[in-house]
Amino acid sequence: MPEVKLIKRFIETENGHRLREFESAGGYGSLRKIIGEGWDAQQVIDILKASNLRGLGGAGFPTGLKWSFVPKDIEGPKYLVVNADESEPGTFKDRHIISGAPHLLIEGAVIAAFCIEAEDIYIYIRGEYYEPARIMEQAIEEAAEAGYIGEDFLGSGHTVRVHLHRGAGAYICGEETALLSSLEGGKGWPKLKPPFPAIKGLFGKPTIVNNVETLSQVPIILDKGAEYFASLGIERNGGTRLFGVSGHVKRTGIYELPLGTPMKELIYEHCGGIRNDRKLKAVIPGGSSCPVLTAEQAASINMDFDSLAGIGSMLGSGGLIVMDETTDLVQILWRICRFYAFESCGQCTPCREGTGWMTRIMERIAKGEGTVQDIDDLKEVAEQIMGNTVCPLGDAAALPVVSFLSKFRADFEAQVGPRRVHAGAVVTQAEAEEN
Amino acid sequence: MSVRMSDEDEKKITELIGHYPQKRAAIGDVLYMAQQNFGHLGPEVELYVAGLLDLPVTYVHQVVSFYNMYLQNPVGRNLIMLCDNVSCTLCGASGLVEHLAKKLGIGPGETTKDDKFTLWTVECLGACELAPCVMIGEKLYGRMTPEKLDEALDAVEQTDDA
Ligand SMILES: Cc1cc2nc3c(=O)[nH]c(=O)nc-3n(C[C@H](O)[C@H](O)[C@H](O)COP(=O)(O)O)c2cc1C
Ligand code: SF4
Repeated sequence: MPEVKLIKRFIETENGHRLREFESAGGYGSLRKIIGEGWDAQQVIDILKASNLRGLGGAGFPTGLKWSFVPKDIEGPKYLVVNADESEPGTFKDRHIISGAPHLLIEGAVIAAFCIEAEDIYIYIRGEYYEPARIMEQAIEEAAEAGYIGEDFLGSGHTVRVHLHRGAGAYICGEETALLSSLEGGKGWPKLKPPFPAIKGLFGKPTIVNNVETLSQVPIILDKGAEYFASLGIERNGGTRLFGVSGHVKRTGIYELPLGTPMKELIYEHCGGIRNDRKLKAVIPGGSSCPVLTAEQAASINMDFDSLAGIGSMLGSGGLIVMDETTDLVQILWRICRFYAFESCGQCTPCREGTGWMTRIMERIAKGEGTVQDIDDLKEVAEQIMGNTVCPLGDAAALPVVSFLSKFRADFEAQVGPRRVHAGAVVTQAEAEEN
Repeated sequence: MSVRMSDEDEKKITELIGHYPQKRAAIGDVLYMAQQNFGHLGPEVELYVAGLLDLPVTYVHQVVSFYNMYLQNPVGRNLIMLCDNVSCTLCGASGLVEHLAKKLGIGPGETTKDDKFTLWTVECLGACELAPCVMIGEKLYGRMTPEKLDEALDAVEQTDDA
């Protein structure tokens, strides 16, 4: 199946990051329509619900439903926050939207703000995105000049201000409650939910946090209709998403495909197959925290939230990391463990200590100093982190470990020595297996 | 050098604070500005920022030390951030580290004697389709090879020497 370029059409428009070109491509049409025709929020939310749009930041929560949680008719400010922190290893789609179609994001964000009655939109962009931030800043200025944002935008009688906030290098700030702590001027420490941000979020006020790509789909859905969008995907998984593919494929990049597209089609048709025509070994399906898939699983799985959940993995951020038969999975898992240890905010003991332990054990194994016992210990530490932490980073660190060990245990066993029974005494691998 | 920004910068800070309902939310941008002015965020700078935002200095210090991009210590004039996360490792990041060790004589975390370059290996830069990738200063370079890295460093050196 060819790509379905709902978002990519704008990204690929020449100079599509500029207002005039975006408008020529039909941009801001949906915002004009809902304001011009005097829509109310519920109409938009109903369309989003019918479209089966799900959050594309990682968790896949239905977007229309999320917006409907914001309390109506209450005093005081509400906020819309755009999650442009994009730091999950293997993920780079939002960078393309921000750089190539920033107005599409603004249009979606203004519609969201209109629906939840927020007057301030904060775009939280990761600090390393210098150039994308400059492009975004320019787009905000253009939108303000053209009257798409600001006081009484498009004569709507409403006000919306857009603020760009730069992060400063902390993966955990992509987690929504950490992001809000950071935006408030603090360390990026996650908070326990409930209360959910929709009830008590930024500065203690009702807040919706949405991913860049999620919001960018909103104007498109309002333009093309909920039915069309829903029909592209499968049941409960509407529309397209930007799959980002990196690693050992011939053509890395972003590919916009309907949810439910077979993974093998993405890898072998769109990406041209594995580099040097080698054999596939493993795929991480949606950013480094998603449980790894074997080549056999990758050959038969469809890429939608429910199919991947069905085999114990996740679609996550839609960033696929493809690994060929030459890949040393021990080195890769060590690297993944180091990432989570480095990025743990340190607030909960199982995550703070456990990620460090896992990294040290993996280092031993990767350096050829590990034992069979280490493999078992690793699994045990991972299992003790899971479900015992404030935020999902703990699970994100543990899931790769558990999945690599269960699916590729032989790769790990091949690199460890005999089991240490107690100080000084060793048993051979064969003896260990007999026991 | 006294630890104080220009009146113009201080005015800009007032404007930044206006984006938020509470003053301390502007700390991120204020720290970036301070870093631009003073190179890194040492104790005197933390004290100064604390004064600007009416915050305890320990609070400022906690924020500075939480985020990677706020520099607690000086770095060379050009910061090389080399990603060695999964996708970049799969595509040859370690060869780039070795190359830099040979060419500049520094490893991760080190600075050249002439203060021109500091090398950091960093987490994912969000450009995995361009792996292996490197940032030098504010510029992203993708699909790096030792040769292309040399070219990029030469270009940086030229502006650095100028
Ligand atoms: C450790 C961690 C990191 C995350 N990083 C991001 C991120 O960089 N970008 C993002 O949009 N969501 C990220 N998320 C998901 C957010 O918490 C949140 O679910 C999302 O922004 C909601 O938007 P959506 O409903 O549009 O997907 C992360 C979650 C966790 C647990
Ligand atoms: S799970 Fe880890 S990152 Fe999340 S709050 Fe706890 S310590 Fe912090």
